[in-house]
Amino acid sequence: MKTSLSRRAFLQTGGALVIGFTLLPEAAWSQAAPASLPGSLNRNRMLNGWLRIDPNGTVTIFSGKIELGQGIGTALAQIAADELDVEMKRIEVIHGDTALTPNEGQTAGSQSVQDSGTAVRFACAEAREMLLSAAAAKLAVSAADLRVSDGTIAGPGGATASYWELAGQVDLKREATAQAKPKPASEHKWVGKSISRRDIPKKFTGGAAYVQDIRLPGMLFGRVVRPPSPGAQLASVDEAAARRMPGVVAVVRDGSFLAVAAAREEQAIKAREALKKSAVWKESATLPPSGDALYDHMVNLGVPAQTMAEKTSATAASAARTLEARYTRPYQAHGSIGPSCAVAVWEGSGDGRKLHVWTHSQGVYPLRGDLANALGIEPAAVRCTHAEGAGCYGHNGADDVALDAALLARATSGRPVKLQWMRDDEFMWEPYGSAMVMKLGGALDAQGNIVSWSHELWSHPHSTRPGQSKGSHTLAARHLGKPVTADPVRDVPLPAGGADRNAIPPYETPNLKVVKHLILDSPLRTSALRTLGGYANVFAAESFVDELAAAAGADPVEFRLRHIKDPRVRAVIEAAAQRGGWSPGAKGDGSRGRGFAYSRYKNLGCYVALVADVTVDRKSGRVRVTRAVAAVDAGQIVNPDGIVNQIEGGIIQSASWTLKEEVKFDATRVKTRSWADYPIVRFDEVPEIEVVLLNRPEERFLGVGEGAQGPAAAAIANAIAHATGKRLRALPFTRARVKTALA
Amino acid sequence: MAKFTLRVNGESRSVTAEPDAALLYVLRNDLELNGPKFGCGLAQCGACTVLVDGKPVRSCVTPVSAAAKGRISTIEGLGTAEKLHPLQKAFIEEQACQCGFCGSGMVMEAKALLERKPKPSEREIKQALNGHLCRCASHNRIVRAVQRAAKELS
Repeated sequence: MKTSLSRRAFLQTGGALVIGFTLLPEAAWSQAAPASLPGSLNRNRMLNGWLRIDPNGTVTIFSGKIELGQGIGTALAQIAADELDVEMKRIEVIHGDTALTPNEGQTAGSQSVQDSGTAVRFACAEAREMLLSAAAAKLAVSAADLRVSDGTIAGPGGATASYWELAGQVDLKREATAQAKPKPASEHKWVGKSISRRDIPKKFTGGAAYVQDIRLPGMLFGRVVRPPSPGAQLASVDEAAARRMPGVVAVVRDGSFLAVAAAREEQAIKAREALKKSAVWKESATLPPSGDALYDHMVNLGVPAQTMAEKTSATAASAARTLEARYTRPYQAHGSIGPSCAVAVWEGSGDGRKLHVWTHSQGVYPLRGDLANALGIEPAAVRCTHAEGAGCYGHNGADDVALDAALLARATSGRPVKLQWMRDDEFMWEPYGSAMVMKLGGALDAQGNIVSWSHELWSHPHSTRPGQSKGSHTLAARHLGKPVTADPVRDVPLPAGGADRNAIPPYETPNLKVVKHLILDSPLRTSALRTLGGYANVFAAESFVDELAAAAGADPVEFRLRHIKDPRVRAVIEAAAQRGGWSPGAKGDGSRGRGFAYSRYKNLGCYVALVADVTVDRKSGRVRVTRAVAAVDAGQIVNPDGIVNQIEGGIIQSASWTLKEEVKFDATRVKTRSWADYPIVRFDEVPEIEVVLLNRPEERFLGVGEGAQGPAAAAIANAIAHATGKRLRALPFTRARVKTALA
Repeated sequence: MAKFTLRVNGESRSVTAEPDAALLYVLRNDLELNGPKFGCGLAQCGACTVLVDGKPVRSCVTPVSAAAKGRISTIEGLGTAEKLHPLQKAFIEEQACQCGFCGSGMVMEAKALLERKPKPSEREIKQALNGHLCRCASHNRIVRAVQRAAKELS
């Protein structure tokens, strides 16, 4: 379904379009392929993999997607309650456990409601139908005459049955058919409402809410001693001295991997400090040039170009004016408030030894494989159970610390180990969002319409998560005496895209070229940070469309609408412009300005249009975002407040990336080690935010978690240009940079 | 190691630790309190904030020996899931978090603020919380939650 939609979306642009991806999954070409099922049901086809109905009056939903504070557990319970006709309080959701739940890969890319929600919806609709037909047989009535209320089935003449008494008779251990029709939106009792999130109360009452809160009998506290720089190797260290320290139970050294376990947490920290002091490392200057020189370096590496989309027209009007501009984005950090943490325990002995890891990884199955590969054991000997961590916004140190804990716990004679990264471990070793260079080109005809558009980009990979090859993508694997490496990753293919996510513009143009230079060799580790390449590509493209509008002498909103036919896109643009108080022709006054931007996340997910108001202090260079108004179309809405929360958070986080954030390094070492080196937005800097939701109950769910990041950045850039007449093309817009630009 | 008698959430609790052990680890590991969180260990983020004699302190850099003289409060001492404190109730009602990791530090800082200033302005709330980092960017909801609690308490 996804493929046919994306195909239509691309064909709408007309002309000769070449897209560098296969439209249909391989299986679809094979005659023997099973029927395609909706959402994640397609890969996890058994009904009992998704839900269990118990005689005690409860329903358990199993989801491979994990809770990371985005509210997925609540949204799934809402969907299940509606399809089954039971109260939400009966429903428990179990997330991400390799012993219990379906394998839904990573919880990433704003796909949880799309994939897991769709699967739960169809699985529950089918289970309801099976329960009703069992009730019909039992009561000797037609299933069509039965009504369900909170699991109690009522038939004609006062006949009743219930899910709970039928649970033992209905076998869900069978392949889903997806033939039972989910309810229309008009019959929803839970979906579409702002139901309070189920994960929140325990977070404000001191409940055990996070992996950090797990306490097992006999548990030790672990710390890791990481190299001082990405290219460093451990030459020597006084392990014996550390072993003699109070409380120390184990010191593990394997190649350049060094870790310590102690009875008390503060003892582990002290031992870490001692090991750090005695360790001698051989360092080498492996890092690229920093500052603005980085971007020329990335371009000059000469990595071959891949054409991702190309369209030409012989009949298009000729160019009256051409424009070119280069935009850049630095390495940026996830910066989770809680550094990564995991609990690991080895059970049994000898060949029968089994590892159990509690992890805040976004993908318990992929992690299991990479742990097994790094440890040289079978995946079946590893169980990964998800427990929440601090918000991750992509691939942070979660997977890495799981291996650290497993390696350390191997030396503690069966005692569990909770390994907590320190702040500098996280800042120095989390995989960053890649630095990027975007070169935009465009041409206008005599009427000021776009006749050509080009987007060329340079980037390191955006997904080096576990689960991609035979080796291991975890950090410690490469530090071991016998390193376990991994095959080079591939970029996430279009239409979603990775480095090139959102590089294909939404605007109609007869001539188009999108080119990618994927720099596989990255001396600084890079991986998925909320939107992958989407943030930088949308920042560039939506800044550039404003530059084209200015060249055409057109209003930015009118100029966008002129090049877009899709009514859903037009609707969000018009809604944002209206609520944001957009007034065509309004001039910035030198310090205050208003900017606009639009993007459909991945060109497949939710539609977001955004107006940002800024003030620029010309003396200090300080930019403040004072207000932002977003209009969002996420298809059918499951939980309105959940969407608003994601969009609000996305706008503020993106403002932080855009105004402040850059990972610092020299030729050898990463210099960003604490919050003092990596300022983020604070309370006195956050804008007022208004979110307008365009509900489309008749449309399918569209993921929303990452929708605001790109448009927020571009709207801020456009607002600064509107205020001051100066176009900023290099992120972040720090005071120094703004001051220089305005001087 | 030395023995300390801590007054935590109105109860006396005995612990044995090095005098320089950070209060945070004693609260989390010896007393099994989940509220205060390890975020940075550098007093930069506020996730570990607890009250000592009503004043917010960063428990990650406060030695247990220094805290032993005072009355220590954590979010567990405010209220329970069954009987929520107005601040806890307000944070839940405003859905004032995504991941929530910074939340209990925010609540404790807000508690101290409302003690000394029962009707703070929006600006004063933001000033009081400015030393606390929230990466999910729930700032506006957190401010609204403090406003809501202030209203209920006054």
